[in-house]
Amino acid sequence: MTGTLNMVGYGLSAIGPGIGIGLIWAALLNGVARQPEARGMLQPMAFIGFALTEALAILGLVFALVL
Amino acid sequence: MTGLVLAAGFPTPGQQDFEFPPFIPGVSWATKPVLLAAVSIVLIVGFFTYAMRKPKLVPGKLQFVAEMGYDFIRNSLARDSIGDEYKKYVPWLLSLFFFLLLNNLFGLFPLTLFPTMSRVSFCYALAIISWIGFIAIGIRKHGFVGYFKAMLFPPGVPKYVYPLLTPLEFMSTVLVRPITLSLRLFANMFAGHMLMLVFVTGGEYLLFHESGIIRAAGPLSWALVIALSFIEVLIQVLQAYIFTVLTALYIGGALADEH
Repeated sequence: MTGTLNMVGYGLSAIGPGIGIGLIWAALLNGVARQPEARGMLQPMAFIGFALTEALAILGLVFALVL
Repeated sequence: MTGLVLAAGFPTPGQQDFEFPPFIPGVSWATKPVLLAAVSIVLIVGFFTYAMRKPKLVPGKLQFVAEMGYDFIRNSLARDSIGDEYKKYVPWLLSLFFFLLLNNLFGLFPLTLFPTMSRVSFCYALAIISWIGFIAIGIRKHGFVGYFKAMLFPPGVPKYVYPLLTPLEFMSTVLVRPITLSLRLFANMFAGHMLMLVFVTGGEYLLFHESGIIRAAGPLSWALVIALSFIEVLIQVLQAYIFTVLTALYIGGALADEH
């Protein structure tokens, strides 16, 4: 059985962004459930935060494949 | 562990399955993804011109579909993300979204069976277009100095934070944005297609090249492919949407008066 340990590292590095993205969408759901008319304002903010958080996972994937 | 030993002859799908020989001999760029991208452009332009050839006040079926797509991009994507000056950017976002959507859906369409965006160069090109786009829009709106001053030195922050904040803002806005934009799309399409390849070829291998009870795992693997296909469609539509909505948000951020 052969393979690269990088992928284990990538799996570990995906934990943080996974939790973070879950928190972001949970917060958005909470906000929209309490105040449905605020969706148009909340959604762009959620997407910005989502993009920033997912950047970590993507960087992890890149480094796992490159290094 | 025994499973691994049994499947020792299984040719693992990999990067080589994403590389195609050119269909015109001697022209190295004329490969399947390029053809797919060209076909998608023809299809999109053809569909919208055909659907809107005689626009009526009470739309027919095709016109209704085209108008629904336009309405979705214009109202729920561009207007909410960009703000008051959204009308200028609707054509860009519309073509971007439908180009991405069609090319992603090619990954499961039986005649094509290859997502164009699983070749990273397409994603780089699209991300560079978006990157140049939002920076140019910001510079045109605020002037070169004004735009970078608003971006790198946001007002309302204590002076001693700038040494920390300015490099971070520069990194996140100028360097990380195009990278994540392209690689998010690429990684999702590549991984999704690879997943399908593994389960399809693995099922074939288990069914035809193994013996005994383990052959039953072959059809099981194919059943999983059907279930995964639905998730794939969801991911493909979602990635097209995310790319477009992030482009719109970056344009909105470049147009905003104070960051």
